[in-house]
Amino acid sequence: MEKSIGIPKRRRTLRDQDVRIAWFLIAPSLLIILGVTLWPIIYTFILSFFVAPTGINQARTFVGFGNYLSMLRDQAFWDTVKRTLYFTTVSVTLELIIGLAIAQLIHSRPWSWKFLRFALIIPWAVPTIVNGAMWRWIYSADFGALNGILFQLGLIKHYIPWLTKPDTAMNLVIVADLWHTVPFVALILQAALAGLPEELNEAAAVDGANALQRFWFIRLPLLRPAILVALIVRTVEAFRVFDIVYIITGGGPANSTITISYLTYLFSFSYGKQGTGAALSFIISIFTITMAIFYIRFLYRPEETQ
Amino acid sequence: MRTFYKITAMILTLMMIVGMAGCAPAAPAGPVTIHILTMDQAGLKPAEIDQIARDFEAKNPDIKVVMEYVGYDYVHDKIVTGMAAKPPAYDAAMIDVIWPDEFIKAGYLLDVTSKVTPEMKSGIFPAAWYGVARNGKIYGMPWLMDVKYFMYNKDILQQAGFTAPPKTWEEMVEQAKVIKQKGLAEYPITWSWNQKEGVVCDFTTLLFGNGGAFLDANGKPAFNNEKGVQVLTWMKQTVDDGLTNPSAVSSDEMAVEADFLAGKSAFASNWLFQYADSNDATKSQVVGKIEFAPMPVFKAGADAGLASSSVDGSSSFAVMATTPYADQTWKFLTYLASNEVQMKYSANMLPIWQADYEGDSLNTLLGASPTNPVTVPAFKAQFPYANERPTVPYYNEASAALQLAIQEALTGVKTPQQALDEAAAKWVTLGAK
Amino acid sequence: MKKPRKLLRELGLFLLTIPVYLFIFLPLLWLFSASLSNQVELFTVPPHWIPQHPTLQNYLDIIFPGMAASSVPRTFAVALLNSIKIASAVTLICILLGSLAAYALMRIPFKVNSMIFIGILGTRMIPEVSLIIPLFIVASRLDLINKPIVLIITYMSFALPYAIWMMASFFQSVPIELEEAARLDGCSRLGILFRIVIPISIPGIISTTMFVFLVAWDEFFYALIFTSTLAAKTAPVAIAEFIGRYAVNVNGMMAGGILAMLPPVILALIFQRYIVSGMTAGAVKG
Repeated sequence: MEKSIGIPKRRRTLRDQDVRIAWFLIAPSLLIILGVTLWPIIYTFILSFFVAPTGINQARTFVGFGNYLSMLRDQAFWDTVKRTLYFTTVSVTLELIIGLAIAQLIHSRPWSWKFLRFALIIPWAVPTIVNGAMWRWIYSADFGALNGILFQLGLIKHYIPWLTKPDTAMNLVIVADLWHTVPFVALILQAALAGLPEELNEAAAVDGANALQRFWFIRLPLLRPAILVALIVRTVEAFRVFDIVYIITGGGPANSTITISYLTYLFSFSYGKQGTGAALSFIISIFTITMAIFYIRFLYRPEETQ
Repeated sequence: MRTFYKITAMILTLMMIVGMAGCAPAAPAGPVTIHILTMDQAGLKPAEIDQIARDFEAKNPDIKVVMEYVGYDYVHDKIVTGMAAKPPAYDAAMIDVIWPDEFIKAGYLLDVTSKVTPEMKSGIFPAAWYGVARNGKIYGMPWLMDVKYFMYNKDILQQAGFTAPPKTWEEMVEQAKVIKQKGLAEYPITWSWNQKEGVVCDFTTLLFGNGGAFLDANGKPAFNNEKGVQVLTWMKQTVDDGLTNPSAVSSDEMAVEADFLAGKSAFASNWLFQYADSNDATKSQVVGKIEFAPMPVFKAGADAGLASSSVDGSSSFAVMATTPYADQTWKFLTYLASNEVQMKYSANMLPIWQADYEGDSLNTLLGASPTNPVTVPAFKAQFPYANERPTVPYYNEASAALQLAIQEALTGVKTPQQALDEAAAKWVTLGAK
Repeated sequence: MKKPRKLLRELGLFLLTIPVYLFIFLPLLWLFSASLSNQVELFTVPPHWIPQHPTLQNYLDIIFPGMAASSVPRTFAVALLNSIKIASAVTLICILLGSLAAYALMRIPFKVNSMIFIGILGTRMIPEVSLIIPLFIVASRLDLINKPIVLIITYMSFALPYAIWMMASFFQSVPIELEEAARLDGCSRLGILFRIVIPISIPGIISTTMFVFLVAWDEFFYALIFTSTLAAKTAPVAIAEFIGRYAVNVNGMMAGGILAMLPPVILALIFQRYIVSGMTAGAVKG
């Protein structure tokens, strides 16, 4: 188009109007999100530079980066980070693989697929607190269903006190968490799959590609946005996991299930050290933001889907 | 643009509707309203406490009482957040016996020493005041005295050929070995040693029973001396020998009760609630078989003249420092903990007034419920030996370090000496601040 | 000979669904069984998979207040209702506002697009535990403590970033040709949103709806701290009350869990009818 006087003007007005509409559409959401979280985040940020014991009229001493440094120098902190990363990586990987498999399964329309998709909601709908209590009881050394089944199937000779072994406790928490969160991933991915245009797939089938190739080269790339969503949401949430650990193991045995969010809670509430708790939260955010950026770098391609 | 305005109108209307649905009606003006935070299922039932509140309101029409009930695990957090607000969310709160030091340092508690009458001071068990008093100052009213009891399954003991419960822990181990050998119980002893405060309670019981202590005369950690290490080593030994249920490392008091009331163990240390439950057929398979015995001590402790050792787990009501209604709150607390109210509900909670355990009052007390004839003497016998956990303001963090140490020793990650030494070092760091 | 092959495929797929069903239902069946027993049955070895003395007492205690020995079951029904009110309000507004915002960010050429995206998502990176005290102070000053509205607003701030992000990604998958065609036909921006983009993205929007609903439904810590009485108490907080100081009423808790699970499940059932996943197939060909 030539840059004549009439047409660019109309394009400019259209874009201006577009942008104004955009702001109107976003404003309410922004208002709510920032209105609620902005001040607490700033407050916590400032607090992280002080030694701030909880209490009334407690003296607050400015320590600059003191809280951050003392955390970063603490071996217990890094152990907790390692543990949390382990939990996050294993959880999210398994959730993605199992979730994708289930999503594809539903998509292939086996008999009772509608019921299957509906049934998936149920573990997701059970409140975390009940989920935690339920699994705690299932893993119970003396009365648990896990020991009961394994024993009756003859797989173990003797009841095993699952939650007393530091090595296995974390894995058991992961399983309990998976039960609750895989449905989310499966359903998001299934919805995305449902929205994919089928012609590419059919064309590839005609061209001779088998099911696996079609899946890997056609479906998966198209699922990128949905996978990215699931990945980011789940990674951030898994890294910040708190409730389920608290209920099933209370951080034990021997600290083997304490995650970084739980540590923050301990400092802010139990030990009365708000400054350290605040510093911890920001250290956590740096981790989660890094992970999110990492994902976006590698997976976010807005133009690709067109 | 017309659609746009339509949408905006829709959203605004929606928000208004939600806003109206979301807001509860405003509280009526008039009488003073005080908010009390308390634990659910501790002592009296919420329905009973509500009734007490209503009775109080009838006698004091210008005061309205709003009780809030939460699980024990959350009380501490609610107090901490509640006190951040001005005016505070609570005028009084139930506090565990291990919190006063922390709360006093944080400035949460109101000094009400001047309001305490001499009859209260002398009428209530001195040990009960410990839950709300430090350094001669009093910050509230005692409420519930609780201590850990030693219970045994007399049926199993008889079958094993024992007529009397053990007096020392060593004796208990011997009895346990016989019980196990005869196949009467796979794990005769059960404990709540999971990574929560409960394990410290047990450790307290055992430590003092060995003649040990948490702090020495200078306030420095003493639990990692030979007495403490002996205790921790003994704990681990009983697990290794198959006498203590290995699930103890992940068990809480509830799991102990589950085990004991299913008849799977012969000895269990627990709080008072376990006894009543043991005679409840919907919860217990060992109805009528459970008896109290004084908490044993180690031979070393017995030789030093110690008859028993247990741990104090009482709860009290404290007045919050920034409450605008200190007088009204105090009035309610004194009513709540008064002799008459406590006697009225003594079926479910043993009173804190010494007079109730003598003379006519004692008879009334014993008749108040079917279990009182057993629990009252047991309480009288055991409470004098209740030991306290350290009175330091950094108790939560110190306890966490100790919990970790015990767990590490029990799971074999560290030796008992190593684990306790590290915990002691942590205590020193905490104390230095 | 397509039929035998098809049959084999059907069979194979069905066999694959079995482990998934086991995964979902085994724990659930146990949950259900526990809710129908009393404590003494729970503590039996070997476990009674089907309770020998099934009892509805746990449910009765919750549904019919007044019969219960402890007050906890009595209050549960009210808490459940609160949860429904709060979660519904949060979901409704989040989906509405979120879809508008998602569309704006995705489709309207916008220079600050990514900055806003990152800013919004950034608020989710801080653990909620640390924000609660300042939020409590603010809420207390505004006298919003123990009122459902405070939870509604807070949950919206939690769920909106994710809702926007998720719906944006679903909108993204809508072929741009459709929108351009509509534009040429004279459709306004919002018209495109409501007449083209949303109908095609319905499966994704339903998933987002379920997600937001469950975020609000499941949340515990804020509900615990911000509510004190039945005026605003939610289901998870009520369930937590089954955890006494030393004893846990496991049976009651499991019954409460089953009941607490029903509203989201019923919601999902209702939505089943509206997920017509074959919609895209036809639309693009035009």
